[in-house]
Amino acid sequence: MTGAIGKPTPYIDAVQKVTGQAMYADDYKFPNMVYVSCLRSTESHAKIKSLELKKAEASPGVIAIVTGKDIPVPFGVLSISRDETAMAIEKVRYQGEIVAAVAAETIEAAEAGVKLINVEYEPLTEFFTPQDSLKTCTPDEQIHAHTKDHKNIHKTAELRFNEPEKELETAKHKQTGEFKFAGVTHGFTEPHSAVAMWNGDETLTIISATQVPHYLQKNLSKVLGLPLHKIQVKKPVLGGGFGGKSDPFPHEMIVSFLSKKIKRPVKCTFSREEVFITHHGRHPTEINMSLSCDAGGKITALDADIIIDGGAYGSFGVVTSYYNGVLLQGPYEINKFGFRTRRTYTNKHQCGAMRGHGAVNPRYAVETLLDMMAHNMKMDPCDLREKNFLSEHSSTVGEFRITSNGIRDCIAAVRKKSDWDSRYGKLPYGHGLGVACGFFISGSALPILWNRYPQTVVHAKLDFDGRIVMFSGASEIGQGSDTLLVQIAAEELGIPMDFVQVEVADTKTTPVDLGSYSSRVTFMVGNAAKTAASNIRNEMVKAISKEKDTTAESLIFRNGRIFTKDKSLDITWEEGVEMAMAGRGAFVESGFYISPKLGGNFKGAGAGLSPSYSFGAFISEVEVNPKTGETNVIKVWGAHDCGKALNPLAVEGQIEGSIHMGLGQTMSEEMRYKNGQQLNANFFDYRIPSSLDTPDMDVTIIESNDPEGPYGAKEAGEGPIHPVLPSIGNAVFDAVGVRMMELPITPDKVLKKIKENV
Amino acid sequence: MEKVTLTVNGFTQSVLVESHETILDTLRNRLNLTGTKKCCDEGTCGSCTILMDGKPVLGCLTPTLRCVGKEILTIEGISSGESLHLVQKHLVKSLGLQCGFCTPGVVMTAIPFLEENPHASRNEIKESLSGNLCRCTGYKKIIDAVENAAEEMRS
Repeated sequence: MTGAIGKPTPYIDAVQKVTGQAMYADDYKFPNMVYVSCLRSTESHAKIKSLELKKAEASPGVIAIVTGKDIPVPFGVLSISRDETAMAIEKVRYQGEIVAAVAAETIEAAEAGVKLINVEYEPLTEFFTPQDSLKTCTPDEQIHAHTKDHKNIHKTAELRFNEPEKELETAKHKQTGEFKFAGVTHGFTEPHSAVAMWNGDETLTIISATQVPHYLQKNLSKVLGLPLHKIQVKKPVLGGGFGGKSDPFPHEMIVSFLSKKIKRPVKCTFSREEVFITHHGRHPTEINMSLSCDAGGKITALDADIIIDGGAYGSFGVVTSYYNGVLLQGPYEINKFGFRTRRTYTNKHQCGAMRGHGAVNPRYAVETLLDMMAHNMKMDPCDLREKNFLSEHSSTVGEFRITSNGIRDCIAAVRKKSDWDSRYGKLPYGHGLGVACGFFISGSALPILWNRYPQTVVHAKLDFDGRIVMFSGASEIGQGSDTLLVQIAAEELGIPMDFVQVEVADTKTTPVDLGSYSSRVTFMVGNAAKTAASNIRNEMVKAISKEKDTTAESLIFRNGRIFTKDKSLDITWEEGVEMAMAGRGAFVESGFYISPKLGGNFKGAGAGLSPSYSFGAFISEVEVNPKTGETNVIKVWGAHDCGKALNPLAVEGQIEGSIHMGLGQTMSEEMRYKNGQQLNANFFDYRIPSSLDTPDMDVTIIESNDPEGPYGAKEAGEGPIHPVLPSIGNAVFDAVGVRMMELPITPDKVLKKIKENV
Repeated sequence: MEKVTLTVNGFTQSVLVESHETILDTLRNRLNLTGTKKCCDEGTCGSCTILMDGKPVLGCLTPTLRCVGKEILTIEGISSGESLHLVQKHLVKSLGLQCGFCTPGVVMTAIPFLEENPHASRNEIKESLSGNLCRCTGYKKIIDAVENAAEEMRS
């Protein structure tokens, strides 16, 4: 690499962000715009007996009021669970569900209108725990009519390979654990916000804080009955997502419907409380897992029974159900393997995808059981893991194709840097070290909505000004994808980065990209961008070699010049552009990415398939006060194999951000409910780590050079979170000898365990 | 509505505001200064930090009426579009921002802190930022950036 790739590169939009000029959804304002406020349910599960709008309609400034019946078409990110409508119809399924929306001249007038709506509810049986939802109920009590056997089970995902239960029955070295994880939420800083406009040409434009413009376009089309080609979704600068903006949302349907109805721009921005209510975060999870080893420490079987609490609607839940199981097939070789996940509907905020989707909680369980196994077998926990790693270019029991794999380098790095070998098990009481590993997909090999198209297309445009514009549907959400597009074009064409600009995430002007989720962007968009830019180069080479009578292969593009090795030809980029455009003018080249056909031929074989997997190993050091149970994470050493760091600054940022988010879930974060009402829908009571809670971080990037990734790259945004949580839990054991089977690890839980242990 | 005279980023003007309105809403909705961000609107996150007579305050907890007669400085008033403040420069350089939504609040917290504490230690910098929630970076690169800015300010 001679250009921008592989160099620590500040983001191209950083100056805009640091000066307050970056435009987020709520920063957009249009003439004649109206504001929406939502009436939200005060009941968890109830029939709507009556809805009285007259007083609200007469309230000053109120322009229009819509209810569920106005927008009745169901939607959802997965076509197999379109179980949600823009607003509740006939009944509500959780406290905070939108029942009506008021559009008014000002936000104050809209809020005043909401207060004048009268709703009468008739309570239904409420289901607040998954255990309640697993029981048979009357048809009338069912949260959704479509669930089977009069139970509130949304999805059962189960796969079994080579009868793990038989092995576990007779295994000599076996560990079993019951684990419990509280629900956690994304906690992105920018609240949901959307502005919709009905245009003069009978088309809709919506500017929305979304990670998935394409899926929003698709769902809007269905819900509004508007052809796809009449819908433009634009993603502005986005203030964090982590999976929390990767569904189509009710408010997006509401503002779009209203703008079409009243022919005015319509905006809706959520309060922080509404963001918590909207949720779609990590499922509360209960796991019963067993793991066995042979006498030499080789894993022989793993079996897990998992219950996830989905809340009131489906979201990504079917995928989450599978990911809870299938993503346990690595980074260790396990040939007898099985799981069952049941996702229940309950009358609480809906859960969905969140960084590390589906696999974070079961990863904690696996890594804890391995630690227990090592302790029991008197083996070093790092050694035990090293005996079991999948090798490069191998396959898992469920037929995941493993290509590059730097897990051994990862564990070697953190082992050395943390001085593990001389410190583990030898620190004074109250101090401890813990290790854990993980792996994750670099995008799903199968698209959510089945079709014959590539997963992403990138266009690169060259014009007379010498500027390259990269057109991509990819959604920059803070992870640096816009910068990546520029780096790739600059690298391929040997030009400075300031010759390249981007047009992104606009379903009218940019080719389809499926969105920023499942860690797919670097791998898929990166490959497509590389092809698009190199196709521009090929076109230039053709023209220049013809005009200058040189061989195409001899041309080098570097530092803004195009030359042959012996410098018999040496022209500027601009001269090259002029030659390439002679007689044809500006042109566009295209690149796309489509995953190779992968996987087995059984039901569920597609879940978790990816063209490439990232790997990682983390070690945490903690200090536990045995008198108070307070746990302090002092330092985290993290090594992550991202294939090739296209932008090392961004990769470090993703790893450090993962440590933050993993730390939060482990130590303090918890969606707390009482009778279906969230008790902590604010940042005072829902504690995300502050700068003071931040441990020292030592980040190592491992580059295993993936054969199919762009320049060898694979994902770095989600994989690094998996090992963080169990490395902390295992460190607590090393510190005070107690196993934390429930997250978050709050002082009261630690203290209770220490007291039980004595 | 009340007519008030506000001085924001060195410019004095009259604005009609509600008596209960916060300066955050006045800045964003009436003065079109949207660089100051509304993240929680209840004093928990620091995203709306602005300077009042040089001291950082939370825009979402500060009534506009209390800003009368004070010098208000927002993120838009920091670099005036010309050169970046050292804190901004290092946040850009060290990737002390990802999504950027908390960034204006970080800048408005770090600048007065470093002016008052040019020799602040890393731990003191960490403490000074404890009221600014960031969900992307894990804070490390923000702390690095402020530390580097302090060093360059001293030299």
